[in-house]
Amino acid sequence: MVAFLSGFVDELRAAGIPVSMVEAVDAGRALEHVDIGSRQALKAALGATLVKSARHVDAFDTAFEAFFSMSPAGGEAAEREHLADTAAVAGAAGTGLGDGAVEDLVAALFLSLRAGDHGLMGAVARQAVSRLAGMEPGRPVGGAYYLYRVLRRLDLEALAERLRRDLETPQPSALEARLTADEVERRLEEFREALRAEIRRRLVADRGRVAVARTLRRPLVEDIDLTTATREDLTRVEAAVHPLARKLASRLARRRRSGRAGRLDVRRTVRSSLQTGGVPIDPRFRAPRPTKPEIVLLADISGSVATFARFTMQLVYAVSAQLSRVRTFAFIDAIDEVTRFFGPGVDFGEALRRVGTEAEVVWLDGHSDYGNALGAFVEGYFEAITPRTVVIVTGDARTNYHDPNPAALTRIASAARSLYWLNPERRRYWDTGDSVMGVYREVCDEVHEVRNLRQLERFVEKVVIPKTRPVRRLV
Amino acid sequence: MFESPASVRPALAAQGYLADDRIAQVVFLADRLDKPVLVEGPAGVGKTELAKAVAGATGRRLIRLQCYEGLDESKALYEWNYRKQLLRLQADQGREWSEIAEDIFSEDFLLTRPLLEAIRSPQPVVLLIDEVDRVEVETEALMLEVLSDFQISIPELGTIMSTSQPAVYLTSNNTRELSEALKRRCLFLHIGYPTIEREREILLARVPGLPEMLADRISRFVAGVRSQSLRKPPSVSESVDWARTLLALGVIEVNGAVITDTLHVLLKHQTDIERVAGGLEEGAAAG
Repeated sequence: MVAFLSGFVDELRAAGIPVSMVEAVDAGRALEHVDIGSRQALKAALGATLVKSARHVDAFDTAFEAFFSMSPAGGEAAEREHLADTAAVAGAAGTGLGDGAVEDLVAALFLSLRAGDHGLMGAVARQAVSRLAGMEPGRPVGGAYYLYRVLRRLDLEALAERLRRDLETPQPSALEARLTADEVERRLEEFREALRAEIRRRLVADRGRVAVARTLRRPLVEDIDLTTATREDLTRVEAAVHPLARKLASRLARRRRSGRAGRLDVRRTVRSSLQTGGVPIDPRFRAPRPTKPEIVLLADISGSVATFARFTMQLVYAVSAQLSRVRTFAFIDAIDEVTRFFGPGVDFGEALRRVGTEAEVVWLDGHSDYGNALGAFVEGYFEAITPRTVVIVTGDARTNYHDPNPAALTRIASAARSLYWLNPERRRYWDTGDSVMGVYREVCDEVHEVRNLRQLERFVEKVVIPKTRPVRRLV
Repeated sequence: MFESPASVRPALAAQGYLADDRIAQVVFLADRLDKPVLVEGPAGVGKTELAKAVAGATGRRLIRLQCYEGLDESKALYEWNYRKQLLRLQADQGREWSEIAEDIFSEDFLLTRPLLEAIRSPQPVVLLIDEVDRVEVETEALMLEVLSDFQISIPELGTIMSTSQPAVYLTSNNTRELSEALKRRCLFLHIGYPTIEREREILLARVPGLPEMLADRISRFVAGVRSQSLRKPPSVSESVDWARTLLALGVIEVNGAVITDTLHVLLKHQTDIERVAGGLEEGAAAG
């Protein structure tokens, strides 16, 4: 068990979960108190001792699934018979149990889904995988491929339709109909999960748990590369960005409040000292007056970097209470101010949609033209820049071989307090092809490669609280 | 305090708290390993209730430390009773300082605050440290000694050891990342929104007289609402409030009109209300 546990801890660490030695020992102690035969209990014990943040729960679940997959209960043959019987009861055309007996499976699946019978559903999932997935030992194919093969044969869409009709009360109201549809979708998702678990179990049996855990491993959400993320990963990022922004905002607000005390307030100190016979025991301070930076955000929203731009906007607006003013400009080859779409109480997704549809950011062909966009900014909106302004430009500096117009950026830089450029591209691709990062870099105060949420968060924090002076307080 | 993991659930259920398997397991483990539990999760899923239920189920006294920004050791651990000390000094005028110092820094002059109280209690207690993420990192460090060794060091007095092992529950709304040192000392329990079945049970337990049909509809509808992206998804306590409202209004059949009228009980942001209500109308148009 010890070797097994340490293997599991290694896997967690490899997946990015920081597990300390003490925690591993705790896990070992915890296992003495739980029924190791019960998978539930095992998972609860390991989860409580090894994972200390909700952000890591997903990664833990994945690793656990790979390491502690169960072997099938009961014999395969008995299960086949059982399913065939069930299908016969359902009145399906049971035509024997050759490879083509998909109808049996579908009929049994329908029964299990309608009744919410988990045991039967598990049996169907096992049979479906063994008959339809066509898994071959040693074949280097991921689980998603096998899942696709099974689902293609089962045709869940039609099944969902049948289930909906079956579960629905006659003459349903609109609400009833929607609840039923949700319910059907939920049960189907349960079945898909059962399929995934079964495929995973067989992969583990074939290749060993460490190898499977490695292929299942996914980056933590803060480390997902924003420009190359898959659609599924982006959904995860989107779900994470709102809580992250909220956390950042409250952290900054707290630091601002508790950070440094202001200068000594002599008048109030003397007055309060009267209570203690003229001895100034309790010094009073003026409330600090923090400087709140003013931000102008110039965001390239052309296809290649649009996702990055929206996450930047979202974080900046989340901390806008800590800023005196935020103005946002979007550009592709023309530039338009989009500040009006954002505001207190406005739904952020809606605001972004309007930026995408209503802002006038296309001038000629809808390909990024940094030179023209920056030039247009200097001409049209230069009053936005004051000596207190922090200008942030986001984009990959790929100008499609147009004139980069560094003079415009120089004017912005000299008028603003500071100018930062955030580039979501890998640093080693800068200045290759049509990237003119090198030209702009001369002008900017700082240029950052920002590829994931973690770096983005750190940057926003740094801009809002520029330099942290050492805190000195009288106790 | 608990016999087995299986005995935890009925014990908590008797206190009106419906635990799922994982919660019961962690409560049991915390008891066996004498470790604090850090309970994390969105607001209103019953984190504080869990500690109360554990106290109730084990018949222990609940000592609660509500955390807030600016909480310091004089509010959390202990404080010297300055007034009493001053009085004593005035009464003892003329005596040598060394004698008096012994005197005024004794336990008689100590004001106990929740953490010290929990440790000094002769009977074991349940200590609830609520919303621990609200205190500053420095204050968090104060608690470490209590959490790992169940003792408190007072410079003038020495170390006070616990006379009984308190069961400690910390709750966090996750507004900031807690320090590694604190997390390492705790068992971690993340409580998310309940499954539909569990929420239905909770509704039935919490709202007496609620028809099962209605509880079923409510829990399914709320689950659907939570899956949308909202600024503040409805918590369990809000769905309980909603169930009470519907019951008080004498609603038997949940339909679009009833929901639109009472949605403000469930959702607290205007944009959220509009979004969900909008979704309902679309559904009606499509159906």
